[in-house]
This record gives sequence, structure tokens and C-alpha cells, in this order.
Amino acid sequence: MIRRTIAIGKKEFKHLLRDKRLLFVMIFLPIFLLVIFGYAVNFDVKNIQLSVLDKDQSNLSRSFINSISSSNYFYISSYLKNDSEIKYVLDKKEAQVVVVIPSNFSERIEKKKETAQVQFLIDGVDGNAATIIKSYVDIASIKFNQKLQKEIFAKLGVKFEPLISLEPIFWFNPDLQTTKFLIPGLIAMILIIASVISVSLSLVKEKEHGTIEQLNVSSVNSVELLVGKSAPYIVVAFFDALLILFVGYVLFDVVVKGSMILLLIMTLVYILSSVSLGIFISVISTSQQIAFTLATFATLLPSVILSGFVFPIESMPPIVQIITNITPAKFFIVILRSIIIKGVGIEAFWDQLLYLIAFGTLFLIVAVVVYKNDSATA
Amino acid sequence: MYSIEVNNLTKKFGKFISVNNISFKVKEGEIFGFLGANGAGKSTTIRMLCGILAPTSGDAIVGGYSVLKHPDEVKLNIGYMSQRFSLYNDLTVEENINFFAGVYGLKGKLLDDRKKWVLKIANLNNKENLLTGSLPGGIKQRLALGTAVIHKPKIVFLDEPTSGVDPISRRGFWELINDLSESGTTVFVTTHYLEEAEFCNNIILIDAGKLIAEGNPKDLKTNYLLNDIIEVECDNAVKAMELLEKENFVEETSIFGNNLHLIVNNFYKDKTQIKLLLSDKNNIRVNRVDKIVPTLEDVFIHLLDNKTND
Ligand SMILES: Nc1ncnc2c1ncn2[C@@H]1O[C@H](COP(=O)(O)OP(=O)(O)OP(=O)(O)O)[C@@H](O)[C@H]1O
Ligand SMILES: [Mg+2]
Repeated sequence: MIRRTIAIGKKEFKHLLRDKRLLFVMIFLPIFLLVIFGYAVNFDVKNIQLSVLDKDQSNLSRSFINSISSSNYFYISSYLKNDSEIKYVLDKKEAQVVVVIPSNFSERIEKKKETAQVQFLIDGVDGNAATIIKSYVDIASIKFNQKLQKEIFAKLGVKFEPLISLEPIFWFNPDLQTTKFLIPGLIAMILIIASVISVSLSLVKEKEHGTIEQLNVSSVNSVELLVGKSAPYIVVAFFDALLILFVGYVLFDVVVKGSMILLLIMTLVYILSSVSLGIFISVISTSQQIAFTLATFATLLPSVILSGFVFPIESMPPIVQIITNITPAKFFIVILRSIIIKGVGIEAFWDQLLYLIAFGTLFLIVAVVVYKNDSATA
Repeated sequence: MYSIEVNNLTKKFGKFISVNNISFKVKEGEIFGFLGANGAGKSTTIRMLCGILAPTSGDAIVGGYSVLKHPDEVKLNIGYMSQRFSLYNDLTVEENINFFAGVYGLKGKLLDDRKKWVLKIANLNNKENLLTGSLPGGIKQRLALGTAVIHKPKIVFLDEPTSGVDPISRRGFWELINDLSESGTTVFVTTHYLEEAEFCNNIILIDAGKLIAEGNPKDLKTNYLLNDIIEVECDNAVKAMELLEKENFVEETSIFGNNLHLIVNNFYKDKTQIKLLLSDKNNIRVNRVDKIVPTLEDVFIHLLDNKTND
């Protein structure tokens, strides 16, 4: 059993070593993608254009505006005079966020001692950016609030130290650096593409050349065949994962906060479930061309669009949220972000791990059933 | 003792009947020829006998096991060389041998012995490191045969092993088949080279999935073709054939290379009838007219012709 699997694995490794093109693609494509994405797709939100519509024009309102714009995140791009201009600046992209301070702002706070409402209008076209801008705005408001409370109490002659001091920091990603946020998505995308395509092609090749007949008639069973054939690609994909982490560290300062061992184990589980998908594709394909097309289709777009890599899943319509489950990248990205950015352990994402395992098992079972049926009838 | 017993074996693909209710027996250690034109159903039959394709109905006992009920046991006892290329072109000779040895779980001294044996029969001693894709066709086929029987199976199935191989290499390949058979291995071989059928102990001929003749080459020639065969060597064989077909003493005609073969009936008296028609009336030069012993090809063409005339 083991001997046969090893014989198949060895042979497959030799195919891979002789196939310089595939080898090149499997090792350099990941780095290439990482560098391209890492530099080109920069979601870092700094120098946010802020338009101000200050209807109050009081000391207090000016002080509030100052406190927001004093951070490096915002700069004031324009002052507006009336509501009708709001739509214009947002539409023309002259502002990413508009703050509207009502005319009764200082009156409510200083005289009536009531809560004042400030309105922020955020450009929601880029969901990620909008979320980040919203958090900045929240923090700025909270800070101003605390400062204000302190002053009010001081005027009353009471020394105020809030019981709970809100010191808002972005706990998991202090500078909200998107590269850090992106690296997990990139790892997930690159690994699924590399493993699904290579595994599906390698199995279909045997079908196309007719050598599969020779294997079917030997006493090799389907498990030995599948394990032996995918083993080399699992190893290479794993190596890819290490390479990406290393390049991510060197170029983008991405440090794994959590356990490296846990990360590697999870990566292996992810590669295995991707390989199941690859096996499934190879079983239903009759030529390398079909397999390649299916594999690309099944991995590239879903792992970018549906995985939460670029677009947050929470902001998708419910139907699409359900569809996102077709890519194991979705679960793996959650796991990776947990380990790399948050540094938390398995207790934080065990459910995702279960999904991942279920995904891989499902495809593997279907693939084996279809394979056995096929070889009995075709 | 029989190595293979086939009973009413049938394979349908949808409505299409690829193998139609065939039965035959193969003796232990013999060379059994399985003949038929393209698409006759040879490969389909072989794949059922190897346990990789389930029959639609009927069964076969191969090496003591039913292909229907115990295909995995069948596989353990056989070797198979598929019609399509069965080696890996991008691996070296030795890597291919090692791979198949590994798949069959060979190890230790047995592995070394068998490796040497395969290299020897493929004439590849000291050429272990050549890429298989760079070998000439005849050598590749020998290597493929070697790897197919690396585990010393009792029965080996060869599906058109000599197609696309030059005549001299084909001759050499048949010597290998003979050696295998002499060492006790049952060899089940398909071919559409009819002259190769002469090397077999027993033959069956199938057409469109149906068995139409069986026996040893000698019996086939005498039992299935009772008429005389006349070989005519002349110019313009095609024209000559057209003319002769119209004569009442000719039953069937066929072209063999530059010669014509005629199956004649009782109206045929002697060669003057032919010479009169061709050279005297139609100016076609006739070099030679001889009565010959029918070849298997004559018999098969006769059988297949009669079938289509039905
Ligand atoms: N999987 C399949 N599905 C449908 N039809 C098939 C299948 N396999 C074979 N056939 C058909 O069955 C018939 C017999 O095919 P088979 O390959 O057994 O012929 P063969 O005698 O080996 O011919 P050749 O000399 O070309 O190898 C052919 O008409 C073929 O098209
Ligand atoms: Mg065939």
C-alpha cells in the first residue's frame, strides 16, 4: 500500500522536475503575484479628503473640526456652505467624507447639556475604504467626546477621570495597513490556484496519454493513485506558502503574530482541501484544456471576489453571501487573518477549520465515486 | 487447462453493441490471437477481460477469477499492455521500470532480477538513462512488454502491440511473445496484421462485435474455405480484377500487393481461361497464374465478404 503510493509519488515528482515550465510557474508565479498585488493594490487609507459643512460656526464646532483634522488621516479639502453642495463633492470625488455640524451644536452641548448630533457622510463605493474611514471618524469623535467631558467636569470643579477610559486603537492592525490585511488573501488565492491547476492537470494527463489504463489494471487502488499523484504538488504548494510568508515579511513587514506551527498546519489542511477540488476537476475533465479552464474558473475569480479577500463578505447581498461558500479560500482567509494579524489560537476559528475539512472531504468523496463509476463504464 | 473462459460476453455502450455475445476458451500457455478490423470490439473485449470494464452481460473466468465478481483478483494475475502508449515519455528507461516494479510491489533480489531481465529483452542494457521518448518505436514496444510482465503474471494481454512498428521489429517482437509462451505464460494478443495470426496457436476472428471464426491457423484455412485459390501476377491488377469479377468461374477477387487472388468454383478448369480473357482479349500482360494454398488473409477476406453479402 505505502510502497505503491511512494512509487507513484516518486514518478510524479520526476514528471514535475522535468517539466521546467510548470515548475517555473509554480515557484515564480506566487512571488510575482505577491509583488504585483502587494504594491499595486494598496488599500491604505490615508489623507482622506474631508469636506466640512459647519452650520454652527462656533468655537466648539471649530475645535471639533480641528481635533478630527489634526490626525494624519484626514485633511480638509473644502468648506461647504449649504446642504446642496454635499452631493456634488461626493459625486465629484472631491471628498470621501463630509461632516455636517448642525447649527445647534454648541447650544445643545454648552447650554442645554444635551447630546448633539453630528452627521458624517461617507463615500461607500469602496466598501473597504468606507469601513476604515468610518472607524477613523468614530475614533475621532470618541476622543473629542472624552476631552469635552473632562473640560465640563473641570468647570464644575470636579476632577473627572472616566472610569472607563476609551483609548481607541485598532487592536489587530494598528496602522490599518492593508498589505497586512491583504497578505492572507494573497496566500489563499495563490495556493488554491497553484494546487488545483497542477493536480487536475497531472491526473488528466494520464487520461489523455492513456497511461491511466495501465495503472487501472495494476493493483493500484484509487486512494493510492490520488494520494501518490497529488503528494508532490502538495509539497510544492506548501513550499509556496513558506515563500510567500517570507517575501511578505521582507517586502511588506508582515509578521505572523500567532503560532507559526498552527499556521503551517492550517495551511496544509487548506492545500489538501484545494487538492480535493483539483482531483474532482480532473475526474470530470477529458482533456488538459478542459481541466485547465475549469480549474482557473473555479479558483481565480472566487478566491478573489467571493473569499472576502478584496470585498468584505458582510457587505454582500445575502444570496451572494451564501454563494461565497463555494471557495475554501473564504474559510482559510479568516483563519490566516486570525493567526497572522490577531495572533489568536484555534479557539477563535475552529468553525472555519471544520468548514475547510468538510469542503475537502465532500469533493474527494464525489471525485472518487465519479472516478469509480467512470472507469467501470467508459 | 484453460486460462481464460469467456461465456456470452456482451458490452453495450448505450444502444450500440460493441461486443456481441461472444464465447471462447484460451488454453494455458498458448498464444491466442484475437483478430478483427478497426472498431470490431477487440479493445473493448480485452478491457473486460482485464477487469477494468464491467460487462453488460455474460462473464469471463480469467486466471480462475470472474471478471464480473472479482475484478481485483483478476488484475493481480494478469499483465496488460494497452493499445495506447503505456510508458511515460518524459521518464528514463530505468525510471519507467522502477515505477512499474514499484506499482507491483517488487523489491530486493526479485526487483534486481526483473529489472535486468526487462533491460535485456528490450535490448537496452547500459541504456537505462535514456529518455523513453527518444527510443525507436520497436524498442519502446519491447520495453512496454517488459514492464507489463515485470511481475511475472500467468496471463498477459497485448492490445495491438505491433501496430506502427516496422516489419523487422515486428518479427523480433513475435519472438519475444514466443519466449513468453514457452516459459508458460498465456499470451492473448490482438492484431490486425493477418500474417501475424500465423504465429498463433489459436485464433478467433470477430467482426462488428460478433465472433465469426475460430480455430488454429491450419484448420481455419481448410475448414472455412473449400474452394481453390488462384494467384494471378499481371499488369494493371485493378482492371484485371474488374474483368475477372464478371466471369462465372470466379467467386471472389482480392488484391494482394501486385497480385490478384481469385476464389474459383467448379467452372474453373485451367489457367488458359484467365490468359484468354486478360492477354488475348484485353491486352493485359499475364506473368504467372498459380493455384496456391490459401493464406489466412484469403480466409478472412472470404468470411468478412460473405458476411457483408448476407
Ligand atoms: N467508451 C465507449 N463509449 C462508446 N463507444 C465505445 C466506447 N469504447 C468503444 N466504443 C465503440 O465500440 C466499438 C469497438 O471499439 P474497440 O475499441 O473495442 O475496437 P477495436 O477492435 O479495438 O478497434 P481498433 O482496431 O481501432 O483498436 C467502436 O465502434 C467504438 O467506437
Ligand atoms: Mg483497439
